Amino acid sequence: MAHKTENPRAWLFVAPVLLLVAFNAFIPLMAVINYSVQESFGNNLFFWHGIGWFEQIMNSERFQATLLRQGFFTFIILAIELPLGVAIALTMPKKGFWVPVCLVLMALPLLVPWNVVGAMWNIFALPDLGLLGATLNGFGWEYNMTSDPFDAWFTMILMDVWHWTSLVVLLSYAGLVSIPDAFYQAARIDGASRLSVFRFIELPKMKHVLTIAVLLRFMDSFKIYTEPFVLTGGGPGNSTTLLSIDLVKIGLGQFDLGPAAAMSLIYFLIVLTFSWIFYTLMTKNDPM
Amino acid sequence: MAIELQQVTKKVAGEMHIHATDLQLYPEGFNVLLGETGAGKTTLIKLMAGLEKPTSGRVLFGGADVTKLSPQKRNISLVHQFFINYPNMTVYENIASPLRVAKYDRKEIDRRVREAAEVMKLGPMLERRPQQLSGGQQQRTALARAIVKESDLVLLDEPLANLDYKLREDLREELPRIFADRGATVVYATSEPTEALLLEGHTATVRQGRVTEFGRTEELYRRPEFFETADVFSDPPINSGEIRKEGSRLELNTITWEAPAFLRDEPDGPYRVGIRPHFVSPREEVESPVELVGKVLVTELSGSESVAHFTTPSGNTWVSQSHGVHPFQIGEDHKFYINPAGFLYFRTDGTRVSAAAEMATL
Amino acid sequence: MATIELQNLRHSYVPEPKGPEDYALKHMNFTWKDGGAYALLGPSGCGKSTLLNIISSLVTPSEGKVLFDGRDVTPLTPDQRNIAQVFQFPVIYDTMTVYNNLAFPLKNRGFSRQRIEERVREIAGLLEIEPLLQQRAANLSPDNKQKISMGRGLVRDDVNVIMFDEPLTVIDPHLKWKLRSKLKELHQSVQTTMIYVTHDQTEALTFADEVVVMEEGQVVQIGTPVELFEKPAHTFVGHFIGSPGMNILPAEMNGEGPSFHGTAVPVANPPARLEGNERLEIGVRPEFVRFARKGESGLPVEVLKTTDTGRYRLVFARAGDTKLHAILPEDESEAPTGQAEVIFDPERTRLYADGWLLEN
Repeated sequence: MAHKTENPRAWLFVAPVLLLVAFNAFIPLMAVINYSVQESFGNNLFFWHGIGWFEQIMNSERFQATLLRQGFFTFIILAIELPLGVAIALTMPKKGFWVPVCLVLMALPLLVPWNVVGAMWNIFALPDLGLLGATLNGFGWEYNMTSDPFDAWFTMILMDVWHWTSLVVLLSYAGLVSIPDAFYQAARIDGASRLSVFRFIELPKMKHVLTIAVLLRFMDSFKIYTEPFVLTGGGPGNSTTLLSIDLVKIGLGQFDLGPAAAMSLIYFLIVLTFSWIFYTLMTKNDPM
Repeated sequence: MAIELQQVTKKVAGEMHIHATDLQLYPEGFNVLLGETGAGKTTLIKLMAGLEKPTSGRVLFGGADVTKLSPQKRNISLVHQFFINYPNMTVYENIASPLRVAKYDRKEIDRRVREAAEVMKLGPMLERRPQQLSGGQQQRTALARAIVKESDLVLLDEPLANLDYKLREDLREELPRIFADRGATVVYATSEPTEALLLEGHTATVRQGRVTEFGRTEELYRRPEFFETADVFSDPPINSGEIRKEGSRLELNTITWEAPAFLRDEPDGPYRVGIRPHFVSPREEVESPVELVGKVLVTELSGSESVAHFTTPSGNTWVSQSHGVHPFQIGEDHKFYINPAGFLYFRTDGTRVSAAAEMATL
Repeated sequence: MATIELQNLRHSYVPEPKGPEDYALKHMNFTWKDGGAYALLGPSGCGKSTLLNIISSLVTPSEGKVLFDGRDVTPLTPDQRNIAQVFQFPVIYDTMTVYNNLAFPLKNRGFSRQRIEERVREIAGLLEIEPLLQQRAANLSPDNKQKISMGRGLVRDDVNVIMFDEPLTVIDPHLKWKLRSKLKELHQSVQTTMIYVTHDQTEALTFADEVVVMEEGQVVQIGTPVELFEKPAHTFVGHFIGSPGMNILPAEMNGEGPSFHGTAVPVANPPARLEGNERLEIGVRPEFVRFARKGESGLPVEVLKTTDTGRYRLVFARAGDTKLHAILPEDESEAPTGQAEVIFDPERTRLYADGWLLEN
């Protein structure tokens, strides 16, 4: 007989959140929408431009290339971080002295600020002095992130994996420890192999946290800015210019407010659509 | 305090959860709400507590309309089936919490907490935290919190349902004594007919959002006015079947027996008989019982009683309940003896035949 | 299917146990017959779960052996012991259909498809879940989920024993009796050794041919439901089984027989020989207590209250400082109030020394 009770006073409790959301999301969004449909000149002169900017952005080769690059980046890091994170979580101890040690070690990368991560890896990757760069060169790989697009991509992905796999690990771990012992005992009694235990017990029970992990990593990787910007500045050439870097170039570098606003909105819609698709697909068969 | 529901209804999302209910609780002793899970007992309790507002109708406390009053302003206590205590407070603080909210002075709080703890046998546990207590002690703490406040109305929603049966027995025996002389009206929801009988007081049988009847517990059990009441107030389920009256004989399938005096003057035709399972016994206990042979399908042994479900050759399913541990063989034929004194007769519309005539014969 | 033997079993969770209080399971020796339906009954913390886990090999006993058909299985893992277990909360494989859940233990053991199909259909029929076979198990009600958990144990026809660990905990009260009797029926059709662990007397007595009653780490009685009711071997059994439980009164020896506060109480087991320092108690079930008729003299009691339970009348009384229950049949005349005298049926009244029934 569970049902909702109506109580107008409840609105009072959500009011602060609503107010906050209004200020930091709704009002800026309105401003962006406003810019995206106008042509701007200096001195605050604005003219109606309709959907012109949107047409221009959608047809621009530069935007298409950036979007493709962005999609590729997101795909690769998801493809690496998710299986890797789950695999690490599976090997972590479930009880005893080592649990807090592992958890703290795992959380460390997450505590480092973005710009510091970028700077760290920038130094780390220096071909002559950096530990990574020098080691790779020592092995005979002519590694130079600033001149070779492949090396730049390699470093950027390695950096992201280092920084964010921990998040997937922690989420998966939380899912794993919530599985009651009875499930493992039952599987042993049923004669299940290790692989079956993973496939039929651990994976289904981790599904909810993995959904959250995918969503978070997808959104974060799509809007990633500071780390690659500090690491490579989008180069060499435009090879590591991801969407947000490009957006900043247009908006703040060239002060093309209209196109930048239109691009932001397209960008926003892409993230929203993909997140929605992921969420719907992954929770489709839920009993909830 | 006199608590009254007047034409109270509750509708949720277009669905009737409580049909128009008039109920005048007895100010002393227990008012038991008896019904299956989902019958509407909890909704009735929430309506009395003010946790739910009725869709229509009024709730009166001592004659004053409190329908619109919030639970905080009604001077009530509520104990749930789950043991709800503040986990980070000691037992003492838990019991004292309603008094602190009501801003009693410290001496008075101390006196009342110790008295309530004494009654609930929590004296030595006052400094412990709820997690360090057994389930029974946790529920005693919740009950102590309910009595310390000296509320006008104490609502107990299946308070013993989650306890082991031995603890349940002990607390059930203590509860009426604990609430005696406290001046509070007690409402006690349960799904177990035996519990209602042991608590005595008054009982309202609830089914599908309706109070079918309200009256003195024993009276309601023995002389229900409606078949529905008898049906709710029977565990294991009451045996019932359509019978035919012809002259002074009654007939159920192949069995016939003599109609009791109060039924003789009623017109011939179909009636419904209700026979509580304990009148169907594997032992011959009374003179001239109605005899039945049936194949035992299912048996259940509680510590002191045996229940058997069996089918007769004509295909009817019966339930027998007898005292002691009776080893039935499942799948075998057994003979059962029915005591006709235990038959309840109902008209086809569900009302019981001739309560008045029966009273005269008693 | 197997005979299960426990030899000199003892278990402590403490590395170096000092006294008997350190043992979660005290010394025990007994045998469960092949194909029997057994219940392990006792209050929480009595050691029944430890014993269950020792049989299923989730816990290794500190002392003693577990034998299946005479073979020592103490060092073997659960799958090597070839047992099945149903847990308190239903364990199902969420992503599989009901059919695949039931087939899982057989698939893992490489049974042929046809054989699997046969077994699954048979067990689904027994459990009355055939219409659900193609549904996803995750969306079912708790009682159906628990049926699937049971089904995975039953589907293998070669298991040595199926163990049930309080399997009805999550089941709605009005569905409990159905599953309870279903289990009994299942045992009769599959004839596998089954052990059912519970703290609920109705579940234990309904299911089992023989009930093992445990308290504080030791077995206090092994017996049929009738034996537990009629001849409790320990005061705990008398108290724990039956609602209300057995009346237990402190007693002393007075000349030939036992007495309570100076009133002689004849018992069915007058002791032949006593050490003299035992704690003596008289045990009698409320069913076998009646009020003295005119001209009879009995034990003086104070009647506190009489409650009509509909089926019988329950009298709450006090004999000295001891609580006493009496059950009166419905037809008997008015129950006395205030001071009265009661008589215990001497054939059903027994003397206990230090909790244990005295042999005569």
